[in-house]
Amino acid sequence: MAESPFKADIERVKREYSEKMTPGAVARIPGSSVVNKTGSWRVFMPEFNRDKCVRCYLCYIYCPEPAIYLDEENYPVFDYDYCKGCGICANECPTDAIVMVRETK
Amino acid sequence: MAVRKPPITTREYWAPGHAACAGCGCATALKLATKAFSEAMEEKYGDPNAFAIAQATGCMEVVSAVFPYTAWKVPWIHVAFENAAAAASGVEAAWKKLGRRGKILAIGGDGGTADIGMQALSGMLERRHNVVYLMYDNEAYMNTGIQRSSSTPYGAWTTTSPPGKYSIGEDKPKKWVALIAAAHQVPYVATASIGNPFDFVRKMKRAAKVDGPAFVQVHCTCPTGWKSPLEKGVEIARLAIETGIWPLFEIENGDFFNIKIQAPGGGAKVKREGGRVVAIEFKKPIEEYLKLQGRFKHLFKRPEAIDEMREQIKAMWKVLGVDVTLPKPGE
Ligand SMILES: Cc1ncc(C[n+]2csc(CCOP(=O)(O)OP(=O)(O)O)c2C)c(N)n1
Ligand code: SF4
Ligand code: SF4
Ligand code: SF4
Ligand SMILES: [Mg+2]
Repeated sequence: MAESPFKADIERVKREYSEKMTPGAVARIPGSSVVNKTGSWRVFMPEFNRDKCVRCYLCYIYCPEPAIYLDEENYPVFDYDYCKGCGICANECPTDAIVMVRETK
Repeated sequence: MAVRKPPITTREYWAPGHAACAGCGCATALKLATKAFSEAMEEKYGDPNAFAIAQATGCMEVVSAVFPYTAWKVPWIHVAFENAAAAASGVEAAWKKLGRRGKILAIGGDGGTADIGMQALSGMLERRHNVVYLMYDNEAYMNTGIQRSSSTPYGAWTTTSPPGKYSIGEDKPKKWVALIAAAHQVPYVATASIGNPFDFVRKMKRAAKVDGPAFVQVHCTCPTGWKSPLEKGVEIARLAIETGIWPLFEIENGDFFNIKIQAPGGGAKVKREGGRVVAIEFKKPIEEYLKLQGRFKHLFKRPEAIDEMREQIKAMWKVLGVDVTLPKPGE
């Protein structure tokens, strides 16, 4: 399984994060927003069918979070830690390789 | 099956965990803008990270910079609502003094650009700072609860342009900041949309690579302020292009006569004379764009207001040197 491009950021925040005010309100850790697991906002969840995917990259291009990255074979990987379930990827997918299903949890 | 390479760099400068609403088109715009910038800097200077950002107050600043977190993975500064262009000018001047190569990206919303930041923007363009100004246009002050700006389109509901017995909603035509920017005769000005991401990325790269100031105005959906379905954000932006609501153009050095207009798609017929677009016959009625958004819902009881909108769109295209015909539904 491919790695999130944000893996290093997630690990760095775990190590270095502090609530202390910094001079000039400087946010010290680039990409530290990754501590917020916005996947909890989701009502609908994108379900991916690899067999239907033609690797057109549209879902990857459009996702606002981004909660889609690419695996070694350039197939999209959905990062449910951050996906807010907007459904844009499913709406734009030309082959219906993504369908939105209601979250059960 | 032979697989194409990804059409854009997989480097990321906009991290998840930011607080934009689900389906925010402006978040998509900033993600793509920074990727495009990084590609341009790599191609021009051999360094994909040779850029920094100055950003105005507004949704995209607020959601990306909740202290002590930041969604940015590139040097980034926020000063105030009105002065992204001034802050970017200062950073650019400092980089120049330090002999540092690269380009500065200034980002503002439509309120921060068309209204309160207009003076700072004009100064930045006129002083020829080596900055790209990106105006992400969601057509109202969204972060403070959907108030109209001068970039809000005719007929739109906002909390300060409420429709009712004596009002059709916003009653003035949209102000096109891209045209004002072009009048400064800067090297490069363009409009773009998340409805055509490849065109947007190409334009951002062009803007990043020219020497001197550039301005890009990108149309991006705000499902919260437009009262539109989350999953339709890109579809709505695309429909704006296909129905004639949102023109895609490029103007170099203020040369309005040689304006480049991109074909809108959606079956529209484009007529050219000597390479120049002179007429467009749109095939999709603007109603297809309007009906997907709650902010225009009231207009369907006021068909004369939709006809007035068509007249205003024609007048706007006329400024671009293009005669357009806009169908009514069923035509
Ligand atoms: C001088 C000043 N006036 C008012 C505000 C309050 N304010 C913060 S964001 C905002 C609206 C921003 O609108 P826009 O630039 O269109 O960005 P959007 O939120 O729509 O993305 C306003 C009025 C402020 N921060 N500073
Ligand atoms: S549903 Fe929205 S947030 Fe989730 S992966 Fe698709 S585009 Fe991204
Ligand atoms: S939009 Fe659909 S076909 Fe294209 S890469 Fe994504 S899942 Fe695959
Ligand atoms: S209010 Fe609109 S622009 Fe602001 S974060 Fe939400 S969707 Fe994006
Ligand atoms: Mg706005």
